Amino acid sequence: MKNVVILGAGTAGTLMANKLRKKLPAKTWNITVVDQERAHYYQPGFLFVPFGIYSEQDVIKPKDNFFPKGVNVIYAKVDRIIPEENKVTLENSEKILDYDFLIIATGTRIAPEETPGLLGDLWRKEIFDFYTIEGAVALAKYLETWKGGKMVVNITELPYKCPVAPLEFIFLADAYFKKKGMRDKVEISLVTPLPGVFTKPIATKMLSKVVEEKNINVIPDYNVCEVDNVNKKIIDYAGTEVEFDVLVTIPTNKGDDMIERSGLGDDLNFVPTDKFTLQAVGHPNIFVIGDAANLPTSKAGSVAHFAAEVVVENLLCAIEGKPLEAKFDGHANCYIVTSYSKGTLIDFNYDTEPLPGVYPYPVVGPFGLLKDTRLNYFGKMFFKWMYWNLLLPGRSLPVTDHMSMMGKRYPKHHVN
Amino acid sequence: MAQKEFAGQMIEVNEEGYFTKPEQWNKDVAGAVAKEEGIELTDKHFAVLDYLRTRHFAGDALTIRSIGKSGIVDVKDFYALFPGAPLKKATKIAGIPKPTGCI
Repeated sequence: MKNVVILGAGTAGTLMANKLRKKLPAKTWNITVVDQERAHYYQPGFLFVPFGIYSEQDVIKPKDNFFPKGVNVIYAKVDRIIPEENKVTLENSEKILDYDFLIIATGTRIAPEETPGLLGDLWRKEIFDFYTIEGAVALAKYLETWKGGKMVVNITELPYKCPVAPLEFIFLADAYFKKKGMRDKVEISLVTPLPGVFTKPIATKMLSKVVEEKNINVIPDYNVCEVDNVNKKIIDYAGTEVEFDVLVTIPTNKGDDMIERSGLGDDLNFVPTDKFTLQAVGHPNIFVIGDAANLPTSKAGSVAHFAAEVVVENLLCAIEGKPLEAKFDGHANCYIVTSYSKGTLIDFNYDTEPLPGVYPYPVVGPFGLLKDTRLNYFGKMFFKWMYWNLLLPGRSLPVTDHMSMMGKRYPKHHVN
Repeated sequence: MAQKEFAGQMIEVNEEGYFTKPEQWNKDVAGAVAKEEGIELTDKHFAVLDYLRTRHFAGDALTIRSIGKSGIVDVKDFYALFPGAPLKKATKIAGIPKPTGCI
C-alpha cells in the first residue's frame, strides 16, 4: 500500500480528501487526514457573527460529516514533518505516519502575541478579533450594549487571511449602527498598512468611493508597533497614535507552528511553494494548498478551491512519474458585502487585477463585478449552502478553476 | 516610460518615480534620489539599500518584518533612517520596484 497524508482538515484539506479518494484506487492507496480539531467552522461566516446576523451554531458542523468513506481520520496534533524520511510524527503518540506524498493544508492562524500590548488587559474586553469564533462571539456580546465612541479597525501586517474582510467589517458596522439609530455616535476608522483601502488600483477606486459614502476614516501606511492598554491607543513605528474606544484588530497571520518545528517555513511559518505547480520548494513529494502556502495571491477559501484541481492533477502526474502539467494561476474570487442588502464581487489572479464587468454564472447570474448589487449579497449568503453541500465534498461548482476574461473589461483611459 | 536625471545620469523611472531598470543604480544616483526624499545617506543607509537589492534580486518579497529580522536594522531604526513610509522610500532609493502587497 502507498500513502497520501493530508495535514489539516479545513477547507483545503477536506476538499483534497474528497477529491483524491475519488481518483486514487482504495486497493493501492491509503489516504490519511490529520487535524487537531473536531469542529469545522465556516470561516466566511465569522464576519457576520459580531453583528448578530449569524450565531455560532450557523457556522459550525462536525468535521466527520465531510470526509468520504475510505479515508483514515486522525484527530491529533502534528508534532513535525521529517521531509528527509517522508514521515510525520504526532504529539503525545508513538504513531508515525509514513507518506509517499504529503499535502500540507494547515492554514494560517492569528498571532496577536506578535504585537506588544495586543494581548494586554483589554484583550477580548475592548480589543477584539473576528478571525476566531471566540473573538467574533465576544465582540457580538460587546456591541450589543456598546454606547458608541471610536471604533478602530486595524490591520497589523500583510499577508492576512481574506483581505476584503476588514472592509466588509466596516461596511457591516456602518449598517449595524445605522439600524440601531446610533451611527452619529460612532466614529469608524480603518487603520491599514496598505497605501489605501485595497491594493489593486481599479478595485481600490471603487471601494474608496463606498468607504467615503459611508463616512469611514481611512488611515493608510500605518504599521502598528504597540498597543497602549492604559490610554487606549495604538502607536505605529513612526510614533503616530490612534485612540480607540473599541479596537478590532486583524493580528499578524502566521502558518502553523508545526511548520517551523519542521524547518519548512519562511519567517511567518508559511511554506515556500512553487506558485504554478504548488509543490513545496525543494520537496517534490510535498504539495501545499490553501493559506499554508506563501503564494502571491489571497489567503482565501476560493483560492484553495481553485488550487485543488491543480494539486490533484499534479499529484496524479507525480505518482506516474510524469512531468507536472497543471499550472495554478492564482485565481481568487470574493464577494464583498457592502451593507445589509448589497454586495460586490471581485475575480482576479496572479496577473490580472480585479476588473469591472460581469461574472458569468448559470441560472442566477451573471453577477456584477465591482458593482454594488443586491444579487451579489444574495450570492454571498447563498454561498454558505454551496460551501457545506458542494465545495467541501469536492463536487463541482458551476465556475471555472482558471480565471476567465469572459465578461471582464478594463475601464476606459486605464493605464496599467 | 519617463526618464529622469539623477547625478548626471538619465534613469528610466515609472510614473511614481521608481526605477524600471534596477541595473542603472549606483551610489551617486542613490544619493541624488535620497536628496529628493529629504534624506542624506550614511553607511547605515547603504547597508539597508544593499540588503534590499540583494533580497530583490533573489526574488524575495520585501516586507517591513523581513527587514526587521535582517540583522542590519530593527524596525524602529528602519523608520528612523527612512522616516514616514520607510519601505516605499527605501525601495525607491535602492532603485528597485515598490513592494506591492499581494491581495
